[in-house]
Amino acid sequence: MILTPMLHFSMPLLMGSTLNAWSEALAGFNPMGLPLGLVILAAIPLVFIALYSLTYGVYGERKISAFMQDRLGPMEVGKWGILQTIADILKLLQKEDIVPTSADKFLFVVGPGILFVGSFLAFAVLPFSSAFIGANLNVGLFYAIGIVALEVVGILAAGWGSNNKWSLYGAVRSVAQIVSYEIPAAIALLCGAMMAGTLDMQKITMLQSGSFGFAHFYLFHSPIAWLPFLIYFIASLAEVNRAPFDIPEAESELVAGYFTEYSGMKFAVIFLAEYGSMFMVSAIISIVFLGGWNSPLPSIGSFALNEWTSGPVWGVFWLIMKGFFFIFVQMWLRWTLPRLRVDQLMYLCWKVLTPFAFISFVLTAVWEIYVP
Amino acid sequence: MSNLTYTIIFYLFAVITLCSAAFVVFSKNVIYSAFSLLFTFFGVAALYVFLSADFIAVTQVVVYVGGILVLLLFGVMFTKSIMNTEMQTDVLHIVPGTLILAGIIGALLYTFYTTHTWMPSNKQLYGSIVERIGYETMSHFVLPFEMVSILLLAALIGAAFLARFDKPDKTKS
Repeated sequence: MILTPMLHFSMPLLMGSTLNAWSEALAGFNPMGLPLGLVILAAIPLVFIALYSLTYGVYGERKISAFMQDRLGPMEVGKWGILQTIADILKLLQKEDIVPTSADKFLFVVGPGILFVGSFLAFAVLPFSSAFIGANLNVGLFYAIGIVALEVVGILAAGWGSNNKWSLYGAVRSVAQIVSYEIPAAIALLCGAMMAGTLDMQKITMLQSGSFGFAHFYLFHSPIAWLPFLIYFIASLAEVNRAPFDIPEAESELVAGYFTEYSGMKFAVIFLAEYGSMFMVSAIISIVFLGGWNSPLPSIGSFALNEWTSGPVWGVFWLIMKGFFFIFVQMWLRWTLPRLRVDQLMYLCWKVLTPFAFISFVLTAVWEIYVP
Repeated sequence: MSNLTYTIIFYLFAVITLCSAAFVVFSKNVIYSAFSLLFTFFGVAALYVFLSADFIAVTQVVVYVGGILVLLLFGVMFTKSIMNTEMQTDVLHIVPGTLILAGIIGALLYTFYTTHTWMPSNKQLYGSIVERIGYETMSHFVLPFEMVSILLLAALIGAAFLARFDKPDKTKS
């Protein structure tokens, strides 16, 4: 969290602030013919994931859960335990890299890697600011939904490679859950795409900008938009295996699910992947329904609050803040709701969320055609 | 990016696709074959990107990696004797196999050399093709689209019927 703002504050001085100016300038940075700029472009979200999961992810989650349970949480290392995550990382780095003797060595090692790549790839199409996006694809939203498939393969590799019944059960549950909840999630996002008329993430965000701030967001565009918004939020919880859908890692039944056998850095990579995909789904819901990098503050008359809080640097701030808000809600739900059973999970997906997603799809289409 | 970089990346993906596809065929371990298919599918998706067919590339990832590969992995994981599957037959039809292979490759090469080119389409595509795909599906190809929908719906109902949990017959017990 220290590095990223500095980078963004210094960049607008060097480059313009037109659409995608920063990322295009970075992509064109080729010292000695080497595409070094592209590497830096890919490294920025990586650094962001690492820093955010260290600060807000692990420390924040422990503190928030502690406050919700009327505890203090980590207090020993540093003031209010701020340095606790640094100590954790040092511990994880020093740990012995254990590969169980009966495990499938190759799949055991490769699994966390595929898992992390799967959660990281979607960051390529997230517009972090009006001037910064990794790859401005015209199928950005579709890509972001689809690339989650890689995570599924990573989970299966980790669960199978561990050669442990709990790991395999966790992996099978997780995959069944992700594959099922992809359907309501995709249909709900399709409603957002229908309101925008495009799959380009940057265009979806731009269509929601205006001087009235939050009033232009698609969530307030029509009364129907709340339905796909809620459906996508619930389905996204299941897609990232967060409570109340954390049956793949149900401690009471499966020890720790598909990462039972993992320790040390491999465990850290799996955790990083989980925090990465948590931010990914939070950013997608913010972009499609809550205006992405647009400022939510409205301008009142000549008091142009919206113009003052807009711009490439503010865009980074707003998107990250919106993402962090949804991550906070995910943590909040985790310590509030009990875990679902497997049959309840499937009931919720196929008999509740999917029909309502279809209803919201049809209603959004009718609204888009008949309501100007 | 320069042309050379594109060429290098293209050949990188081509090598990944071919090597992983060869591994799928030659590996004796079924589960490794299935996981190796992941790289084949991704390589093919990358080759679609080089043809400016990004929508098809993403569809390839969604359908093949997200659907078919996961189904395949589930199928493989729940079968017996995954490691080192033994040959069930001693008869290897090497000669007919080679003949058919040579015939197919010969026919393809003959077509390529007689036409001398990969026959680029007359229509050049510019900009986003997603809208074009949507319009074409809903106008020219609406009948095939609906036929496929009905076929898939029938398959879905059939699958649900087959997988249905039979209620125990109360009269018997």
